[in-house]
Amino acid sequence: MSTSSVSKGCFVFKPSAKKKKTLSLVDYFTDGCEGAENSEVRFKLCQDLWDKIKADTEVLQDELNRKILDSLLDFTRKCSSTPSEIPTAALVLGVNVPDHDMTFQSLSELLQQSVTPHVASVQAKECGALKHLMKRVLERLMDTVVTVDDEEEEGEEAEQTEQTSAQLHKSVHCSLGTLCDWYNTKTKVSTGTPGKKRSSPAKDEQQQPPVVIIFKDLEAFNPRVLQDFILICSRYIERLPLMFIFGIATAPSTIQHMLPHSVSSLLCIELFQSLSCTQHLATVIDKLILTPKFPFKLNGKAMQVLISIFLYHDFSVRNFIKGIQLALLEHFHSQPLSVLCCRKKEALLHMTQLSHRDVERIRQLLSFKRYVEKQEQQEQVNLLKDDNHLKEVCQRLIKDLNKYHKNYYPVLRCLHTLTSSLPRYPLGKQIRELHLICLEKNVWENEDYQTAMKLLRMLAKDELITLLQRCAETLQSVKSKKMKNALVQLEELLTKFKQLDTAVETAPTVEESFTSPVKNLQKKTDLFQLQKTLLEMNETRRSKKLSPFEVLRNEALDFIDGLVRSYLSPPESQTLNEVCYYSSSATVRRHLNATPRTSIQAALSSPYYYLQNDNLKTEDGSVSNAAPDICIAYKLHLECGRLINLYDWLEAYATVVSAAEGNDPDSDNFGKVDEVKHARFIQAVSELEFLGFIKSTKQKTDHVARLTWGGC
Amino acid sequence: MTALLQHPGYEEERLQRVAEQLPCREVQAGLLLSLMGQPQQYSYPSIFIYGHRASGKSHVIYQTVGHYSSSLQLPHATVSCVECVSVALLFEQVLLSFFGCDAASLLPRSPSLSDFVRIYKQQCSQSPAKQTRYIVMEKAELLRDTDANLLPALLRLQELVEDNITVILLSEIAWDKFRPNTGCFEPLLLHFPDYSKGELQQILSQDRHPSYSAELYSSYINILLGVFYSVCRDLRELRHLAALNFSKFCEPLAEGKVKETDTHKLWRNIEPHLKKAMQTVYLREVSSLQWEQMQQMEEKETGALRGLSAHTHVELPYYSKFLLIAAYLASYNPARTDKRFFLKHHGKIRKTNFLKKNEKTSNHLLGPKPFPLDRLLAIFYSVVDSRVAPTASIFSQISSLVTLQLLTQVSHDDQLDAPKYKCAVSMDFICAISRTVNFDIVKYLYDFL
Repeated sequence: MSTSSVSKGCFVFKPSAKKKKTLSLVDYFTDGCEGAENSEVRFKLCQDLWDKIKADTEVLQDELNRKILDSLLDFTRKCSSTPSEIPTAALVLGVNVPDHDMTFQSLSELLQQSVTPHVASVQAKECGALKHLMKRVLERLMDTVVTVDDEEEEGEEAEQTEQTSAQLHKSVHCSLGTLCDWYNTKTKVSTGTPGKKRSSPAKDEQQQPPVVIIFKDLEAFNPRVLQDFILICSRYIERLPLMFIFGIATAPSTIQHMLPHSVSSLLCIELFQSLSCTQHLATVIDKLILTPKFPFKLNGKAMQVLISIFLYHDFSVRNFIKGIQLALLEHFHSQPLSVLCCRKKEALLHMTQLSHRDVERIRQLLSFKRYVEKQEQQEQVNLLKDDNHLKEVCQRLIKDLNKYHKNYYPVLRCLHTLTSSLPRYPLGKQIRELHLICLEKNVWENEDYQTAMKLLRMLAKDELITLLQRCAETLQSVKSKKMKNALVQLEELLTKFKQLDTAVETAPTVEESFTSPVKNLQKKTDLFQLQKTLLEMNETRRSKKLSPFEVLRNEALDFIDGLVRSYLSPPESQTLNEVCYYSSSATVRRHLNATPRTSIQAALSSPYYYLQNDNLKTEDGSVSNAAPDICIAYKLHLECGRLINLYDWLEAYATVVSAAEGNDPDSDNFGKVDEVKHARFIQAVSELEFLGFIKSTKQKTDHVARLTWGGC
Repeated sequence: MTALLQHPGYEEERLQRVAEQLPCREVQAGLLLSLMGQPQQYSYPSIFIYGHRASGKSHVIYQTVGHYSSSLQLPHATVSCVECVSVALLFEQVLLSFFGCDAASLLPRSPSLSDFVRIYKQQCSQSPAKQTRYIVMEKAELLRDTDANLLPALLRLQELVEDNITVILLSEIAWDKFRPNTGCFEPLLLHFPDYSKGELQQILSQDRHPSYSAELYSSYINILLGVFYSVCRDLRELRHLAALNFSKFCEPLAEGKVKETDTHKLWRNIEPHLKKAMQTVYLREVSSLQWEQMQQMEEKETGALRGLSAHTHVELPYYSKFLLIAAYLASYNPARTDKRFFLKHHGKIRKTNFLKKNEKTSNHLLGPKPFPLDRLLAIFYSVVDSRVAPTASIFSQISSLVTLQLLTQVSHDDQLDAPKYKCAVSMDFICAISRTVNFDIVKYLYDFL
């Protein structure tokens, strides 16, 4: 831009309106998106779905926390009785620190709604010294209240409160005494009975809301600071109804590690244990994943990645949900056919609106190709040629997929109910493990499934009946036709079992001889012995006739097996599964579980991968001599041992670089170190040091030590 | 015995009342009064009072100097040093209680000692002291951590402000630990000895329950002291315990099973209860509130309530467990022995060959040793049973273990290059952790070879 002014000066150029326009979320989504024509629809679908998931998880979180929060609230209400001790709630939350924020958020909201307006929460990292802790507490307590002040009060207090922010920085009035005065004026105004404060202590307790201070991460606090703070607070406890909540990530014994007896004797500590994060995850999976409600699904591998990140790395449910969000976004971003990943009605509608290109994409789908191959000749031609015919067929297929989901989850739950109590858990303790097995391949071909079935065929009668009853309960809530049929069959079986009771009485002698080994079995949990008995039982079965109970048991289990075989086939076998299932586990892993060192090494050893310069392309994994200096230096250092002689390294470097410059290998100057090369080499070496591959060492002069092991 | 407290210049009746409030501290109170002299007389510039916790230091001062309505009510300012996060706060509180808030607001933004002295003098000239003014500083040991000139200046504040003022320092630490190496004005030292068992008995018996006789309460205190005197001589704590357990003591009386005179039966009833209290509520394993609830419940139900230290189980992610195990091994094994434990073909090396002179003692007795990050990771990779990619989350787990205080970082936070750590968990803890991942840690510990 230019000005016509001749004089010198500063000119302000306001950015033009065009530039100012920020990209909306949709634009980001569309940018670089696969199959851009329907990207906006996909973005909307994706966002709706995510909003729903988010709302659901929040509700779920609240429900899970309700119990503990309720007991905490009770505690805060009743705790203002002990005069000499500060009521303290030790809230054990588990090591999944990222999840705690949400809990504390809802806790302080609940407290503010129902118990007291005076809630302040502090974190360790903002309270390095007592001064800061004090300041934070005062600021949060007074500020939060100031904002909800009515006019009249402001007249009285405006001066004081406005000053407090100024004075707090001066940290002159930064003492609990100030807080006390503030609290007194506050409660006097709200109750409207000044002067009668001390007259009726019983009444006062109800009128005086406690001042709650939440220490979000107790472990990270400086013990010294905490001790001093508690000492100060205990001096004011008679005038100020203080209360603490300690957020503890490890074990409650940390309190005793941090506070000496002289300080902990000032506290009246009560323990609150929150739900473990694995249980939390189980509920989230149960409500979010194992339900036909959400059309978006993860395939086995992607699911496995998310679960293993949870179990192996962080225990954080929040991160798990973030992972799902990432997968969701990636799916809608990269799969153009995800436009069909929505409710049945919408999906059918979208199907009719598909463009020719999208129809072609359907034809490219692996599952669809398999489907076409199975059809007759004429039908194959129709499917591949006629777009409209294909759309009709696909509408049916989408319906099938929907039905598959509706039946899959109830049957999965039934199977889990049956197998989760078996000794050694052949199909996993948690339903997520079973789900993973089923996603992987046909579960009935699995060896563990066979063992589970064998074990089930040895169950005692009452056990079996209770399990089957629980299965029936799961099926009851399902609306699908097939499941209703299954339920009817199951209930018939159950009635037969009950009729058996009367039948048994007529022939008790036969029964006894058979049930005895079964009874023994109940006690045994050892697999070896189980197998032994199993063999024995097989033999007896061969030799003797089956009892009516055993016949019935076999019938019931065959029925279950039938259900499994017809409904628990893996999603990959379903046509059009690519529409709903996100399968790129590598992307999820790369985004959520980054490997910085591997990427650095990849960049250094094959710079082409990042720079995309054809000159750098090499076949055998070696580095071209035209590569950046640091790559050459890196490659050369791989050939060295633990200690690297800098001079040798420089020589080698100079040789490589000379070759790159096209110098004649026979000339005198070849491989000579000039100043430029020297400088470039030094820069490359210091870059490597910065990346952590080498460091200077005192063992030998003019050597550096390698910090990584392994060579080329 | 109250006759001890006699001093000219104070009302006889008032002294009498003060003396009643100070059982077993008449000697100290009398000494203090004679040091203070008559109200209008100049007193000694600074007095240093020390004695253990709950030996009545603050109580005596409050009763004599002021604070309570029954006391002598002399002009005074009480400051708790723990509360004074900055000296400004200290100055402000002193000025506030002597001259009102106008004087306090005169203090500049971050006042120095001379600012304080200047303002004090200025105010003092307007309202000179008719009686000795007292500044009482509780927890005076914290003054040592503030500016170096503060403590010496306070000790001779009388000279500096040219006013009839006396600074009384209260501390649990003897004066020898205070003396700055540049030297200072020596205050008068006054020691408050611990209460003896008899004195404790006498003091505690005073707060008897109105509906029971004094003898009964006294015998109750006797029993209480019999149990607790060996572990706790803190008057405050004992008083708290006495209040908590008295209802249980009276239970058989209320039910009419035992007469008040039958001390033996009462003792038999309360003694196991008190022993239990010593292990729980005294250590704050359970809160006083819970203890009160427990007393009302039946014996069977109380078993369900576990103390704080009973919950030691910590759930950790899988790799965090192995990182912690690796950290433990690195902390307690000498680095030379890593080869022996983690290399496949280490050959047969006996422990005796390894032993150096100083290593004959158990490493567990010496405590954890610091180790660099490299060693931690090297052990981690050889200990964990599957191949683990060196992902960012492995590293972030190390730092979250540090925030959870299961590891401690030895080197400074700023040192990015080769940080050093120590493992901060106990043997029991690590054994429990390694059991959950089927790792036999004892086989890898040099001490148990």
